[in-house]
Amino acid sequence: MDLVTTKRIFRAGFLDFWRNGFVSLAAILMMIFTLFTIGMAMFTGVILQTTLQEFRDKADMNVYFTTDAPEERIVEVQASLKALPEVAEVSYVSREEALAAFRERHQNNQLILQALEALGDNPLGAVLTVKAKDLSQYDSIANFLNGQGALQGGQTSVIDKINYYDAAHRVAIDRLGAVTDSARWIGLIIILIFVAATIAISLNTMRLAIYSSRDEISIMRLVGAGQAYIRAPFIVEGVLVGLSASLVTLLLFYPLTWWLGSATQDFFGGINVFYYYLSNFPLFFGVLVGSGVLLGAVASYLAVRRYLTI
Amino acid sequence: MIYFDRVSKVYAGDTAALQDVSFSVEAGEFISIVGHSGAGKTTLVKMLLAQEKPTSGAVFFESINIHEVPPKRINDLRRKIGTVFQDFRLLPGRTAYENIAFAMEAAGRSEEDIHSDVPHVLELVDLGNKMSNFPGELSGGEQQRVAIARAIVNQPDVVIADEPTGNLDPVNTFEVVQILKKINDLGTTIVLTTHNKGVIDSLKKRVITMDRGKVIRDDREGKYIL
Repeated sequence: MDLVTTKRIFRAGFLDFWRNGFVSLAAILMMIFTLFTIGMAMFTGVILQTTLQEFRDKADMNVYFTTDAPEERIVEVQASLKALPEVAEVSYVSREEALAAFRERHQNNQLILQALEALGDNPLGAVLTVKAKDLSQYDSIANFLNGQGALQGGQTSVIDKINYYDAAHRVAIDRLGAVTDSARWIGLIIILIFVAATIAISLNTMRLAIYSSRDEISIMRLVGAGQAYIRAPFIVEGVLVGLSASLVTLLLFYPLTWWLGSATQDFFGGINVFYYYLSNFPLFFGVLVGSGVLLGAVASYLAVRRYLTI
Repeated sequence: MIYFDRVSKVYAGDTAALQDVSFSVEAGEFISIVGHSGAGKTTLVKMLLAQEKPTSGAVFFESINIHEVPPKRINDLRRKIGTVFQDFRLLPGRTAYENIAFAMEAAGRSEEDIHSDVPHVLELVDLGNKMSNFPGELSGGEQQRVAIARAIVNQPDVVIADEPTGNLDPVNTFEVVQILKKINDLGTTIVLTTHNKGVIDSLKKRVITMDRGKVIRDDREGKYIL
């Protein structure tokens, strides 16, 4: 296609877009609806993901040691845990640190502090806090620790308690794992249904817009215009609809996320959609402008094809 | 130049729109096809424009069988034939100038040609002062003259005018017929379908009379006899 033809196609596309103002406006409004749904899907996805991540991060395993456990034994256990492929992180809280944290936590409760003074000695053991890479892996880590205790045979075990082994805790973790997995799937399916429905609506609107031009298309055919030459301006028009709709949608998200930002942060924890929007703006720009332009072009292409047969 | 060879067209339900129609048109001729509504005039025109296929027989344009032209080459054929219709068929969203320019663009003509030819052809149909008007802002006669200007701007070998005066008052009818005669005098073949007796009788050109899908008369210098 030469330069002159390209220029004519763009000129015709722009002119039709402008002169069929009302039809273009209707198509843009429908497209905004579609793109808005796609944008909301992106936000929902990330909120869901970070919320689930928060939940998962809160699940951990505490290994309490006896008060007389020598520090080198604890460090040994810590090193062997770190060597496990399932373990993401092991942090060590010494007896003194545990006591300091305890005092801090109960600084307003004189009764407990007095009782602590009365004991004279530090009643708290050291603690290893273990984070697994996946929820399902706490089981095998606990098995490993028990096995290690058994291997030590004659010596008394330095491990006082593994709070993971608490049955209720374990059930809660298992259930959380199941809930987070199904929440992710259900969320994804709902989003996909929404996106598919709005895309169908958008395609139909473009088809109706071009339906009103079907007589023009047949006239163009009779005057001897080639199929590509008839179709191309409509595609330009579709791209303009998609482009306008995506820019309006990007603008709409700015005040909307600003307004919802702190609310989502308080409710879901962790993520502020406003900052997420700003820091991921290139991603939103790419996805929304890309889908708008593609939808507009594909819808026009398919719609014109129906009327090009004469 | 145009040759209908025993053309029949039967639509669904066994309605025969054309039955065994044969005639030929020489280059530079002005022929009128007359007949009542439903006589088969419009079907003939649609055959020439490759909008309809004959059930049997063949239609030749410059010794090419129109219905054997591959779909992609149909545009080339249509650019050699200018068309004018009863309902004008202008692009409503484009000005008079743009409507004519579109036909030139479709034929791949240069911008310089468009800038020089469009005003010229609009002058020829006496619409030099209405170039920027949209079809909705023009009268029926003016719209038809724009359509004629569009039909001739690419200098086609033949202009087919299908009931071009059907929606026009007598004054505009006379003007449109005068323009068609002028185009014919410049060497373009004209095929006119009409049921306007006055037009046919004033033309004194060849007349093919059709009735119920058949050619019943073919007169060198005919009158409207039905």
